Amino acid sequence: MYVAVKGGERAIENAHRLLAHERRGDRDVPELSLAQIAEQLSLGVDRVMTEGSLYDRELAALAIKQARGDLIEAIFLVRAFRATLPRFGATEPVNTGEMQVRRRISSTFKDIPGGQILGPTFDYTHRLLDPQLADGFVPERPATSEATQQATPRVTDILGRDGLIEPSPEADADAPVGDLTREPLSFPADRDLRLQNLARADEGFLLALGYSSQRGYGRNHPFAGEIRFGDVEVEFYAEDAGFAVPLGSIALTECQMVNQFKGSATEAPCFTRGYGLAFGQSERKTMSMALVDRSLRARELGEEVIAPAQDEEFVMSHSDNVQATGFVEHLKLPHYVDFQSELGLLRKLRQEFAEANEAPDMQEAAE
Amino acid sequence: MNAPAYNFAYLDEQTKRMIRRAILKAIAIPGYQVPFASREMPMPYGWGTGGVQVTAAILGPQDVLKVIDQGSDDTTNAISIRKFFGKTAGVATTTSTTDATVIQTRHRIPEAPLHAGQVLVYQVPIPEPLRFLEPRETETRRMHALAEYGLMHVKLYEDIARFGHIATSYAYPVKVNARYVMDPSPTPKFDNPKMDNCPALQLFGAGREKRIYAIPPHTDVVSLDFEDHPFTRYRFNAPCALCGAGDSYLDEIVTDDKGGRMFVCSDTDYCESRRLAGHRGSESAAPHKERAHG
Repeated sequence: MYVAVKGGERAIENAHRLLAHERRGDRDVPELSLAQIAEQLSLGVDRVMTEGSLYDRELAALAIKQARGDLIEAIFLVRAFRATLPRFGATEPVNTGEMQVRRRISSTFKDIPGGQILGPTFDYTHRLLDPQLADGFVPERPATSEATQQATPRVTDILGRDGLIEPSPEADADAPVGDLTREPLSFPADRDLRLQNLARADEGFLLALGYSSQRGYGRNHPFAGEIRFGDVEVEFYAEDAGFAVPLGSIALTECQMVNQFKGSATEAPCFTRGYGLAFGQSERKTMSMALVDRSLRARELGEEVIAPAQDEEFVMSHSDNVQATGFVEHLKLPHYVDFQSELGLLRKLRQEFAEANEAPDMQEAAE
Repeated sequence: MNAPAYNFAYLDEQTKRMIRRAILKAIAIPGYQVPFASREMPMPYGWGTGGVQVTAAILGPQDVLKVIDQGSDDTTNAISIRKFFGKTAGVATTTSTTDATVIQTRHRIPEAPLHAGQVLVYQVPIPEPLRFLEPRETETRRMHALAEYGLMHVKLYEDIARFGHIATSYAYPVKVNARYVMDPSPTPKFDNPKMDNCPALQLFGAGREKRIYAIPPHTDVVSLDFEDHPFTRYRFNAPCALCGAGDSYLDEIVTDDKGGRMFVCSDTDYCESRRLAGHRGSESAAPHKERAHG
């Protein structure tokens, strides 16, 4: 006798137990601490904070541990927690021009006020696996010197003084800040919402789109005007106090792309901008974001929309890896009843096909 | 560390109010897709986050919740969602269609008729019935606004021209209240007639796509068709092997690798209630009581 499938509840519980066991791995190997993850897998933590839209190193480290190193799963954990947090308001815009710079480079000028600061970077390392790192390697202390008192103005501000680049749009301090996690997105979307979407977007997706624009699918001639990474102060305007209260500082990476110029009979030609911003040190992400931001400005700048990277509905609807992974992976869920329905239709069509093809054969045989 | 603390039915009250406003608008405009600021839920997109948010927003402490997936209370995702609300809302849960006040479903409408006062919450993956004809939201919203549904009829006609039938067997489009074409979610078209003039409130939640829509009680819901190709239900022509039901939608169970098949009710509550009432199918060990009655 057939017994209907049962026991899902116990199966789930046992699967979760097994998952916890696998997560721990060999119990003779010491367990990872959150501090180890936050300190030694810091770029992974930065990515989880950026795409998770929550600046909290400890929670991001916990999410990475819980997700067994699967960063998209970790981003999902952080997002689900973030969704339950109450909102007090929006902070004052951060001033990246006053960033405590840890790294800052420009590919458009050989020297710039405040200098090029290489900082901690994989650039120019030879990608040779280093067996020394396998166990107990103690690196040299970094070289230090007196910090310069020189200001480090943004390269785009330097270009802007001569009108060579379009001005950055001035934010209206009193206008409400768009937030696609609080208001459903509709198209066409303004740049603030596009940038929010891109900041939360999957790094790999943006990388591929940015790359496609470089390969001719909506080319926009980018130069890395400046990439800077460092710490900025965050301030919150307190209604009661009547002034902005410092909340602390966060690490940010900012990328300002300088792109092909626009101009017309009535407007002097000038460079255009693409913008990228992310938590922590996230250079690939911010550069890709800046390329795609510029691509998505096609409509605004009167360019023909011909490539995927320029198509705002295409980009914004598919950039979120938590949404994407959920929907792709939901194919694992049972689809018995729909499949049964399709099966029924297919059998009927095949039967009709067979009947239609049988008839002439029989006629032939009779002849 | 910021240790999390959660509200009744997980969502904060502000979010619930936002969702309830969307639900009220959806009820006021039957079949119209209302955008809402869907939240990230602790289960993946595509696994019922829209339905879960709708349920969380309407659930009260007195409610009795039933969750089904593919018609069954025992599939893993149904269990997972039922446990989620058991844990976060502490509401009573049931597998009985008649006893439930709120039923969250994926891909089926229960066989037992729904009654007034009940709410059926559908999990919806792609709320837009025109999506596979026109991928752009900006376009499809315009088409709905103008009730411009010619493209859908052309698609159905092309099916007939190519296959001799309308080749849509699930997520079969319907027209609600003689105005909006609506996707009933991927339920088999067998279930479509149950939506028409239903005494229960039907709510549809699409989390990833951030849309909520509704069919208020006793609303006309018509499956799209043509005069010479009227809508037909599909059901495998056999009684349920367990309870002998001849009117229920059936799951096909592959029993061996030699072509062995059996067909049983997809709605497990319906099947179990019938067996409790003494009905038997060909694969049930107990005597076939109903046969005695001829």
